[in-house]
Amino acid sequence: MKREVRAAVLFLTPTAVLLTLFFFAPVIAGFALSLTDFDLYTIGDIHNLRVVGVRNYRELFASGVFWTAFINTMYFALVGGPLTVLCSLAAAMLVNAKMTRYKAFFRTLYFAPVVTTLVAVAIVFKYLYHPRYGLLNRSLAILGLPQPDWLGDPRFAMFAIILLAIWKQFGYTMLIFIAGLQNIPEDLIEAAQIDGAGPWGRFRHVTLPLLGPTFLFVGIVVAIGQFQVFAEPYVMTGGGPLNKTLTIVMLMYQQGFKFWRMGYAAAVAFILFLVIAAATVIQMRLQKNH
Amino acid sequence: MIPEFEKRNPDIHVVLQQIPFSAAHEKLVTAYVGESTPDVAQMGNTWIPEFVAMNALDNLGALAAKGGTIDRTDYFPGIWETNVVDGALYGIPWYVDTRVLFYRSDILASVGYPHAPRTWSEWIDVMTRIRDQKKARWGILLPTNEYEPVLILGLTNHATFLTPDGTRGAFAQPQFAGAFNFYINLFRQGFAPAVSNSQIANLYQQFGQGDFTMYITGPWNVAEFKKRLPPEIQDKWATAPLPARDASEPTGISMAGGSSLVTFRGTKHALAARKLIEFLSEPAQQVRFFELSGDLPARRSAWKVPALTSEKHFPAFREQLERVVPMPRVPEYEQIATVVSDRQEAVVRGQVLPQVALKQLDQRADELLEKRRWILSRKKVQ
Repeated sequence: MKREVRAAVLFLTPTAVLLTLFFFAPVIAGFALSLTDFDLYTIGDIHNLRVVGVRNYRELFASGVFWTAFINTMYFALVGGPLTVLCSLAAAMLVNAKMTRYKAFFRTLYFAPVVTTLVAVAIVFKYLYHPRYGLLNRSLAILGLPQPDWLGDPRFAMFAIILLAIWKQFGYTMLIFIAGLQNIPEDLIEAAQIDGAGPWGRFRHVTLPLLGPTFLFVGIVVAIGQFQVFAEPYVMTGGGPLNKTLTIVMLMYQQGFKFWRMGYAAAVAFILFLVIAAATVIQMRLQKNH
Repeated sequence: MIPEFEKRNPDIHVVLQQIPFSAAHEKLVTAYVGESTPDVAQMGNTWIPEFVAMNALDNLGALAAKGGTIDRTDYFPGIWETNVVDGALYGIPWYVDTRVLFYRSDILASVGYPHAPRTWSEWIDVMTRIRDQKKARWGILLPTNEYEPVLILGLTNHATFLTPDGTRGAFAQPQFAGAFNFYINLFRQGFAPAVSNSQIANLYQQFGQGDFTMYITGPWNVAEFKKRLPPEIQDKWATAPLPARDASEPTGISMAGGSSLVTFRGTKHALAARKLIEFLSEPAQQVRFFELSGDLPARRSAWKVPALTSEKHFPAFREQLERVVPMPRVPEYEQIATVVSDRQEAVVRGQVLPQVALKQLDQRADELLEKRRWILSRKKVQ
């Protein structure tokens, strides 16, 4: 018994030490920082540090900008996340279908946006979205449809960024889905076919349930990525128009690294941490219930 | 330039590190926190109050007072002032930057203006004519996410933005309120499009096409306009000092931008650092730096070279530089300026009434300055 305990401790120690050092300690330090008003004045003279309790949080919850950023991030995550998953699943099914030819070519093609530099992509998308000369609005004009100012109109800017983000990231999750699809034994699908299941039935009752673990993984990875969105709005709109594309991480960056209000920025970071943790727990619960 | 300095001072060896300006602020703050600051640094002059608050900079008052190379009267007064925080001098101007009016002279001439508008009423008049005669799509471009134009209008109207001790907002006071309403009116009258910077895919192309006629911008765009505007437009654009609020003043008032040379506290080479600053401040070196970088010199005597006097776009800057003033010298300035662009955009897009936005600006400024008030009150007690 004693030897077993010792062995367990021995095996657990490296992970425990690393987790403490690189996870628990920073989280606790971040939380502690968020209870202070650490800022420029504090860098000059540590006596200018005040422990302010939950004032940063109170100020955050009372600030319109924070809620704007929060709602924007939610919108981005709750619309962009599921759409990304759907697009990548659809693409994976297509690329993986038996009758598809040049599979490797399409796989590479769909994956290409993931490895393209975002700044280059942003320049191209700015042209695509240009209200007067952009390809998108020119096409809409030919079809006789209204042509919104995609990045300039507060109503559409975030949606335009969601489209860009989906295009940019669906290739990665597509690869994971392809791997998941290839793990489904051929004979199960054939058996279902013999039992008279149509294409939809086979998808609904064989493919989907067997993709369960893949879904969970993809869902969590996408959700974490979505909540931390920063680069896309940063390069496309800088958070505008009217802060409609300002996200939580952008707010944190502005406050922390532009203005050095570290205490305030730490409070933002901590709230984001809680949001992501909650989103992950919810997904795991949902998956368990199935 | 450094080799010549080293030749003159054989006992001093200078190690130069170049960093992009956009990354410089973060780099210097981190360097200070990490105790690895350079002896001498070039620093955006609006950052100086921040670094003073961090207690990072050396007082250079003695260097300037001892006479010699650094002759205070040779510098543009508004630019010099940016380096003074609470009465103490922390930087020596290195190069200057301010904003003036860039305009399409052909379009202005076509509505009867052979010169740029000189007052706010001329300005409105010229834009009205352009709009009514459909000479260009827009009279002026004022990107809604830029706070500089509205603040410059504020300066022209003698606004201080904050109370004199820099502890509370003064946006609702008539000077700024007047400028703010003037600015908003440019959108309401259809003179300016409600677009932000990021919506303009190619500024130069649109200026060249005559999409807009005027634009308030800085010296870096002189070179850009020369390079990027099509050849047939090259003699059809010009620069002018900002319009004055009325005919009683020669020009408007612009912001005193640019960079200064500073030394960090606790440098081991304080003497050598001061020598280097003196060397770089010599008029001849100022000219040399202009030739190398295109950045405008901070000393009047350096402005006498033909490259600056015979070039047709720079005299407007020379004239404007006599009428520039610093932005509020508090570390919170940039945060407050961000709130300005946020509120102006809300008003331009019709979400808030101007007078409400001005009150919100004051309120937000007061909140951001809370710590400053606390520190000042503590200093008083001591």
